[in-house]
Amino acid sequence: MSLASYTARRAALGLVQVLAVVTLVFFLVEALPGDAAVALAGDHPDPARIAQIRAAMGLDRPTLERFAEWLVGLPQLDFGVSLVSGRPVADFLFGAIGPTVALAGLTLVLLVPISVLVGVLAALREGSLLDRALTSISVALHSIPEFALAVVLIAVLGVQLAWLPPTAVGADLFAQPAVLVLPLVVLLARPICSISRLVRAGMIDALASEYVRHARRLGIGRTRVRFAHALPNALAPAVQQVARTTDWLLGGVIVVEAVFVIPGLGTVLVDSVAARDFPVVQGLAVVFAVTTVVVNLLADLVAFRLAPRAEVVA
Amino acid sequence: MSLNRRGFLGLTSGLAVVTLAGCGSGTTPASSAPRTGGRLRAAFAGGGAKEVLDPHLANLFVEAARSKAMFDKLADLGTDVSPQPRLAEKWEPNADLTRWRISLRQAAFHDGRPVRAQDVLASYARILDPNRAFRAKSSLALIDLANSRAVDDLTVEFVLKRPFGEFPNALAAFGAYIVPEGAEDFTKPVGSGAFRFVSFEPGRSVLLKRNPNYWEGAPLLDELEFVIANEESARTNALLGGQVEYAHDLTPTTARSNASGDRMTIHRSPNSAVQAFAMKVDRAPFDNRDLREAMFLLADRPQLVESVLAGSGQAGNDLFGKDYQHYAADLPQRQRDLDKAKFLIRKAGAEGLTVKLDTSAAAAGMVEAATVFADQVKGSGLTIEVVQGNKDSYWADTLKNGSLSSFRSGAMPIETHVAQRLLSGSGTNVTKWARPEFDALYEKAVSTSDPVARGEAYREMQRVLHAEGGYLMWGFADWIVGAKPNVGGISTAPANTLDWARFDKVWLG
Repeated sequence: MSLASYTARRAALGLVQVLAVVTLVFFLVEALPGDAAVALAGDHPDPARIAQIRAAMGLDRPTLERFAEWLVGLPQLDFGVSLVSGRPVADFLFGAIGPTVALAGLTLVLLVPISVLVGVLAALREGSLLDRALTSISVALHSIPEFALAVVLIAVLGVQLAWLPPTAVGADLFAQPAVLVLPLVVLLARPICSISRLVRAGMIDALASEYVRHARRLGIGRTRVRFAHALPNALAPAVQQVARTTDWLLGGVIVVEAVFVIPGLGTVLVDSVAARDFPVVQGLAVVFAVTTVVVNLLADLVAFRLAPRAEVVA
Repeated sequence: MSLNRRGFLGLTSGLAVVTLAGCGSGTTPASSAPRTGGRLRAAFAGGGAKEVLDPHLANLFVEAARSKAMFDKLADLGTDVSPQPRLAEKWEPNADLTRWRISLRQAAFHDGRPVRAQDVLASYARILDPNRAFRAKSSLALIDLANSRAVDDLTVEFVLKRPFGEFPNALAAFGAYIVPEGAEDFTKPVGSGAFRFVSFEPGRSVLLKRNPNYWEGAPLLDELEFVIANEESARTNALLGGQVEYAHDLTPTTARSNASGDRMTIHRSPNSAVQAFAMKVDRAPFDNRDLREAMFLLADRPQLVESVLAGSGQAGNDLFGKDYQHYAADLPQRQRDLDKAKFLIRKAGAEGLTVKLDTSAAAAGMVEAATVFADQVKGSGLTIEVVQGNKDSYWADTLKNGSLSSFRSGAMPIETHVAQRLLSGSGTNVTKWARPEFDALYEKAVSTSDPVARGEAYREMQRVLHAEGGYLMWGFADWIVGAKPNVGGISTAPANTLDWARFDKVWLG
């Protein structure tokens, strides 16, 4: 199967997956207790007022009618308007994608070189003190949950020593990059371990493989064998893990966003589910589903390029 | 999942402050004399998607604070939660309390137009629009708008559908702001308040600047910025890290840990939120008056205040509105009396009964209070089983279902509390208290112009509620705000009243 037809088939499948996710999310949110009117009425749940809010929001119309109406707008990228504030959902998504993408992008830019370097170093010195030290440190970092690390870093570096801003409250992330340092450290801590372990294992396998030995016998230089022949094969399994990490980051890491006050997609998700603001939740579902499909497709294509013998056709 | 996260963040913010406890000492320098200038950044919890600038839609604390900065009401609530004139300079009812003549003060909107009687009528007409659901609607519903009129530019005459002596309370209702006639688009709001709008990023920040022509005198600050930080720990950290000067709504634990530090000053507003359990009097088991009294006697109020509110509050006496206007302070304070409670439980035939107590994280401290109370009831013959429900729909759920639930309420006049929650036709009558003779007492209180008769009616209503009502009001929580030590002019009036979050009186030293 050619790469082009494979890509087309995967894209079509992805479209179906996105629709399935969106439908599922709609009915799951619909199944939650209470609706937007109840959530908005809050501690003043006068039934007469709730009925008025419901009518004003159009929630008194049949569920399927509202869902169908929303689906019709989707091909034109019309995500509808927020029930509660009346602002277009696209505005919320657009505003929140910026911080999330910036954070995810910076994390990946640092994550990939660092974890590949760590994995390769550990593999080349397998069993050495360096290998054991790198393993111990990365596994230790992996075992700390994000929120615990975040809280300790904020208390020590942010508040007590005052070296770095403890939160990003009210800050423009691009004008004050210092606010991103602590969130980046927290986001990097765990993926470095998972990815570098895969690179290390892949590298050790590759260095012990028949084709590497053959390349050596052909007299190809040690560096070239390692980095031009062994490394690409070692990276193939890690690419899938990078894809999963990317997907996690682009979903807006809710805990990190909450602790550091970064108004990204995770924050919008929590707020909109609490408010039962269906159109906003739906818009987010589209974004998350598309992200997952696209990132995994890209990962498969990259893995295919790195190690063409690997079976990638699902 | 959300619960776990919040629980953990609460715990860890405690850790953060413990780490800090060693680093501050000495007393905070008294804020100097009022000074002008500077930008104050105030951190509030927000609602992201929910946030709006339309003052009539205000629902969250941050929206109330922003609305207050940019707009005025005709009246607002004073420190004793009685109505105080604002845009209204004075009000005069006719003899039977059905016509109220309101004289407006000379004030101007931010675009220079004067505030006129027509703007007042248009604002109220917008709130009362039958196709909309603004929060102040129920308070203003007794106005007969078709027959109300602008006498001249600065005089409004309201005609009411029934005699109502507490009409100024309605003028001070949550969200009853005066906007320019015809205003519908609030992307760049224009009000008559102390601050003018500059910019808004939903879920992130709102920037305002001083209105030099404010009718009550220009604010001291040049600029006021509201920033959003949903987690209490984040608001505390932002304040400690110097990223904001004012952090709204902190927990008693944070207050206790930082009280002696030099990085933040704690401001407590007493009597801001009543903490209670609501018993439904129309169904078993609390349709039995003896059992309700037993519950009153089982609560160890000082222990609840100490454990749930970390001491930041006062014990309640099963009555709403401690120290507010018309509060019956002379009724004897209830104490725990286990023996009498046991006797009453036996008398009610409720020995061995298990009652479900519905609670949720919809308001801070409710789950903790339910757990502590369930413990206090042990050994009385009654068992209380704490059931946690969904926090987003909690208030609507407990209005209909169950027999016992956690309850909290912010400040409002005692009259409003009764009207909304304790009359046969009240919309949010969670205790299902519906008694014609009580309704009649309320009617008497609001339809008489004799202050003595009115005071007696309020006292009698409270005496009945104290003796056999459905609310076990065990405490009043302080509202806690943290600020930089150089911030002056922060009032400790109860939350929701005029002086709460009132930034035109605040200065940076």
